[in-house]
Amino acid sequence: MLTKRIIPCLDVKDGRTVKGIRFKNLTDAGDPVELGALYSRAGADELVYLDITASHENRNTAAELAKEVAKELNIPFTIGGGISDVRQAASILQNGADKVTVNSAAVRNPGLIDELAHAFGSQAVVVAIDAEDHGDHWQVYVSGGRIPTERKLLEWAREVTSRGAGEILFTSMNHDGTKSGFALEALQQVCESVPIPVIASGGAGTMDHFREVFSQTWCTGALAASIFHYREIEITDLKKYLIDHGINMRI
Amino acid sequence: MKVVIIDYGAGNITSVKNALQRIGLDPSLSADAEEIRKADSVIFPGVGQASAAMEKLRSTGLDTLVPDLRQPVLGVCLGMQLMCAHTEEGDVHGLGIFPAKVKRFIPTASSERVPHMGWNKLDHIRSRIIPGDTGEAAFTYFVHSYYAELSPWTSAQSAFILPFSAALEKDNFYGVQFHPEKSGSYGQKILENFIELSKAYQ
Repeated sequence: MLTKRIIPCLDVKDGRTVKGIRFKNLTDAGDPVELGALYSRAGADELVYLDITASHENRNTAAELAKEVAKELNIPFTIGGGISDVRQAASILQNGADKVTVNSAAVRNPGLIDELAHAFGSQAVVVAIDAEDHGDHWQVYVSGGRIPTERKLLEWAREVTSRGAGEILFTSMNHDGTKSGFALEALQQVCESVPIPVIASGGAGTMDHFREVFSQTWCTGALAASIFHYREIEITDLKKYLIDHGINMRI
Repeated sequence: MKVVIIDYGAGNITSVKNALQRIGLDPSLSADAEEIRKADSVIFPGVGQASAAMEKLRSTGLDTLVPDLRQPVLGVCLGMQLMCAHTEEGDVHGLGIFPAKVKRFIPTASSERVPHMGWNKLDHIRSRIIPGDTGEAAFTYFVHSYYAELSPWTSAQSAFILPFSAALEKDNFYGVQFHPEKSGSYGQKILENFIELSKAYQ
């Protein structure tokens, strides 16, 4: 039986990990490769690296990151952040990343998803969607949640799927950073709207939040950043907890 | 120890190369028939669409070379599927090394998500390269929408919607549906065992 995935997310700026300063057993907490390897040893099933380097003049940073991570890590990883064309994605994937994630660029140019899926296969294309609860619907935002768009969550989820996305990473802006739990209802609505894997993001604060999202939605993975960075939850403990509560996990 | 990764333009081979380098090997990437024939062991990767990949194999003559190889050959993911007789993906005939059919996963419940993406457990292991008695659970990383049916050549099973061939073995040919290069230390052990096997052929 397929196991559920625990996915730590690492923000990388100018080749250095942002956050992640509390690791005593790391010689260099700012080294994205070393931090990734630590998560991997702790039982992370997959990693997501977001290159948040402000200036994208040097667009090689993400490809360089992919190369360094791929040399060391023997689990799958995704790279995202500012990817807006096939050429950039190609350099990242050829350097050993398993998937790329696109967000704002896909909203501005939805054809990008078709191009990426055609060039690399759907399995390599994750579309990240940031959305906010507007009462009767969820509105899609771009640019790190700063700019609202015309698009509605479920319509956009269906469109990216039909264009060839292999996976959707949905972040609820209402829940992100609150540590109050995942957006269970909206996540399940996304799951019911598309046939592809959906990753939950935004709101993880306790181990029980992961149990909720895996038992109350069809999400196949859950992503979190700060609770892992600041060691509020150890991945090893989390997986034991979930297994004890009947969730299928790799250990 | 000369390991060649067949480089025929079908998908990402960097990860396989990295994994072999981590176990101290220096693999070559090649589509050259002579170099592939001379190798001690051959890795046949593949990601992407089956009919396009078969077309590339035919245009380079690799479709007749690979089934003739005498050293250990390991097909990974789409590589394994192309070693089978036929695949529903693009309705094409494969290399016919494993007389098995490759079919598309059809969900039987709306909660089932295709592609089969993530870590799944191996069972019914009777393989020369996949450890079945390590005590640690045998989890490997899968990403695929098509699967090889169970057959007499199935050397490990996994279950997603239905039980399918996670690995195939026949003579000097080995195939794994999962990605050993992305399957942690357990996957690394499988690659090591495959290479170890090659030493016996030298």
